[in-house]
Amino acid sequence: MENGLREKLLLLGLNHRTAPVEVREKFALEKKDRHPLELLKNEVPQANEAYFLSTCNRVEFLLVTTAPEETLSRLKGLLSRETGLPREAFEPHLYLLRDLEAVRHIFRVASGLDSLVLGEPQILGQVKEAYREAVEHRTTGPILNRLLHRTFSVAKRVRTETGIGSYAVSVSYAAVELAKKIFGSLKGKVALLVGAGEMAELAAQHLLAAGVERMLVANRTLSRAIELAERFRGEAYGLEELSECLLRTDIVISSTGAPGYVITREMVKPLLRKRRLRPLFFIDIAVPRDVEPAVNELENVYVFDIDDLKQVVEENLDRRRREALRAERIIEEEVLKFERWLRELAVYPTIKALRARAEAIRQRELARTLPRLRDLSPEEREALELMTEAIVQKLLHAPIAYLKMGYHRLGREAITTVRRVFDLDEDLKELSEERPPALPETVRKEV
Amino acid sequence: MPEVFFFKLTLLLYAVATVGFFIYFYTLRPEALKGARWVFLSGFGTHTLSLLLRLKTLKAPPVTSFHEATSFLAWAVVGVYFFLSYRGPKVYTLGTFLAPLVLFLMIISAISPATILPLPPALRSFWLPIHAILSLVSYAFFLVAAVAGLMYLVQERQVKKKTLGGIFRRLPPLESLDRLNELCLKYGFPLLTLGIITGALWAEEAWGSYWSWDPKETWSLILWFIYAALLHERLIVGWRGRRAALMALLGFVVWIISFFMVNLFLSGLHTYGKWT
Repeated sequence: MENGLREKLLLLGLNHRTAPVEVREKFALEKKDRHPLELLKNEVPQANEAYFLSTCNRVEFLLVTTAPEETLSRLKGLLSRETGLPREAFEPHLYLLRDLEAVRHIFRVASGLDSLVLGEPQILGQVKEAYREAVEHRTTGPILNRLLHRTFSVAKRVRTETGIGSYAVSVSYAAVELAKKIFGSLKGKVALLVGAGEMAELAAQHLLAAGVERMLVANRTLSRAIELAERFRGEAYGLEELSECLLRTDIVISSTGAPGYVITREMVKPLLRKRRLRPLFFIDIAVPRDVEPAVNELENVYVFDIDDLKQVVEENLDRRRREALRAERIIEEEVLKFERWLRELAVYPTIKALRARAEAIRQRELARTLPRLRDLSPEEREALELMTEAIVQKLLHAPIAYLKMGYHRLGREAITTVRRVFDLDEDLKELSEERPPALPETVRKEV
Repeated sequence: MPEVFFFKLTLLLYAVATVGFFIYFYTLRPEALKGARWVFLSGFGTHTLSLLLRLKTLKAPPVTSFHEATSFLAWAVVGVYFFLSYRGPKVYTLGTFLAPLVLFLMIISAISPATILPLPPALRSFWLPIHAILSLVSYAFFLVAAVAGLMYLVQERQVKKKTLGGIFRRLPPLESLDRLNELCLKYGFPLLTLGIITGALWAEEAWGSYWSWDPKETWSLILWFIYAALLHERLIVGWRGRRAALMALLGFVVWIISFFMVNLFLSGLHTYGKWT
C-alpha cells in the first residue's frame, strides 16, 4: 500500500469506548430492513470490497477502495441517513483506521484484545459470522478474503500461544474454577442454591455445565424455591430445612437478602461428622454476608465471600493483561506478514515468486536424481538440465500469461488465484500443521 | 564394576530429572514435564540394571546392607511414581516434590559403604529377601503418601488463606491429593503387614523367636499402628483431607526414626543398618 498499492484499506467504526450506548444503538443497522452491505453495494460503488461487523459493543465497516476520500464521505452520508443522526452527532465517536492500522485493528478485535472483557472468546465467532454475511452478499474480494482468513488464524494463534482466555474473569466463573480446585471433577457432585439472584443463578448454571449432578434450592418462600428448582431441574426446600440440605451437598451458593448470617459455625459443625468429613465449599455472594466467616475454620470446609471472589477476578484480569502483551507481539508479527503479502500482491512480484518456486523444485528434483544416474556424460547431463528447464518454462507459460492479462479488479483475482494454486505464500504448510485447537475452558463450557 | 557405573549414571539421571521437574514447576511447559519424566524413566531403567547386576554378584536380592536398602527404596519410590501416574489421579507436579527425595535417598546410598560382605549366618534365610523387599516397597508407598500429604497441606493453606497465586495454580485439586494419599495407603498397608509377618517368620527361623522387641521391631509396629489407625478411620469414620495428610506426615516422621535412627545409632538384631 505504501509501496504504490492502489487499493486502500479503510476501517470506520465505533465501540464501547468511543461511543455511548445511545449512539451505538442507532448504529445497529443490521436490524433495519435492508442490510448495510446491500446499501453499500448500491450507494458506494467506489468500495470494491466491504465487510460489516455489528455487536452490542461495536460497529465497524472495513472497506477496500481505490478512492478512499470519496468512499468515506459517501459512507458517512449513508450512515447519517440510516441512523437519522446528523454527521456532527456521530463523527466525534468514530475512529478511522487506514491500511496496516486497519489490519492491526481487526486482528486485535478478533483476538479479544479490544473487548470490554479482555480476551473474551465470543468476538471471534461474531467476526466469523460477519465475514460469512459479507461473503453471502458478495462484497468480499481477494484482499478481504485473505485478510479475514488471516484474522481467524491470528486469533487462534493468540488463543493457543498465550493464556489470554484461560483465567476466569467473572465472579460466577471464578467460583466454578475454585470448586474444581477443591473437588477435582464436579461430576456427580450436589450443589445447593440458597436464596436467588442473577449472579447466583449464573453460578448455578456454570456449575451444572461443569458436571454438577443435582441442584437443591432452598428459599425463604417455598414457591420461589419451587420455581427455581424447576428451572434447574432440582429439588425445592424451605429455609428451615437448610441443615438437611447441607448434609447432602458439596457446594453451596448463597445469596439471600437476609440481614444476618444464615449459615453459622454452630449450624455446620455438628454436620461434619455426619458428612464423613467430605469437603464443603461455600460461595457466599450475598451482601451482607450469609455465611459466618468462622465457618472457614472448620475442617475441610472452605468459604469464599464476594470480596474474595472479586479479588480472584482482579488477579486474573491482571494475568490476562500480561498475556495481552504477548498477544500484541504476535499481532505485530502477523501484521508484518500481511504487509509482505500485500506488497507482493502485484503482477511482477507474483511472476517472480512463481518462477523462483518452480526453479527451486526443478533444482531439488535434479539434485535428487542426478547422483543416481551414474556414468552420465557431461553432454547428457546438459541435455537433462535443458529438458527440465523447458518443461518448467512451458508449464509456467499459461499462468504467467493469465497473470499479465489481469482483467479483473486490477488483476487481483488472477494474482490471488495463481498464488493460491501454486502455494506461493506457503499456506499449505500452515494448514497441514493445524491441529484441533485446544479450546480454553470458558469456551468449552459456554458453547 | 559395571553395577557401580550404572549406579552413578542413575544418580546423574535422577539429578537431571529433578532439575527438569523444577523447570516444569516454574514454567509449566508440558515439554519440560515430558522431558523430565523420560529422564526419570531412563534413570529407573539404569537403576534396575544396576540392581540386577548386583543381584548377580550377590546371588541374592540386593537389600541387605544400608547402601543396598536405600538404593532399593529409591528405586521403589520411582517405580511407585510411575505406577501412580498410570493408575492414580493426575498430579502433574508430583515429580517436583518426589524427585528431590529420590535424589536424597540415592546420595545417602552413594555415601554409605557399598562393599559386599559375606552375609552373617543369622541373616541367611528364604524369608529375608521377601521380608526386606515387601517392607521397602511399602515404605515407598508411604513416602509418596507423605509427599502427597505435604502438598495437600500447602494447597489447603492457599485455599483457606485465599492466596491463589502461582503455587495454588501449580498444585492439583485437593481431592486429587487426597486420592493419592488413599491409594498409597491401600497399597502400602498390606505390604507393610506382610513385611512384618515375613520378618517374624524369618526371626523365628534365625533366632527361634517370632518377636523380640528390638528397637527396629518396636518402631515398625508403631508405624504399622499409625497406618492401621489411618486406614480404619478413613474407612469407618470417613477421615480425609487435612487429617489424613497430617497422619501421613506423622507416619513419615516415625519412619525416619525406624529407618535411619534405629538402623544407624541403636543396636539390635537389624545389623544391616550399620555402616559396615
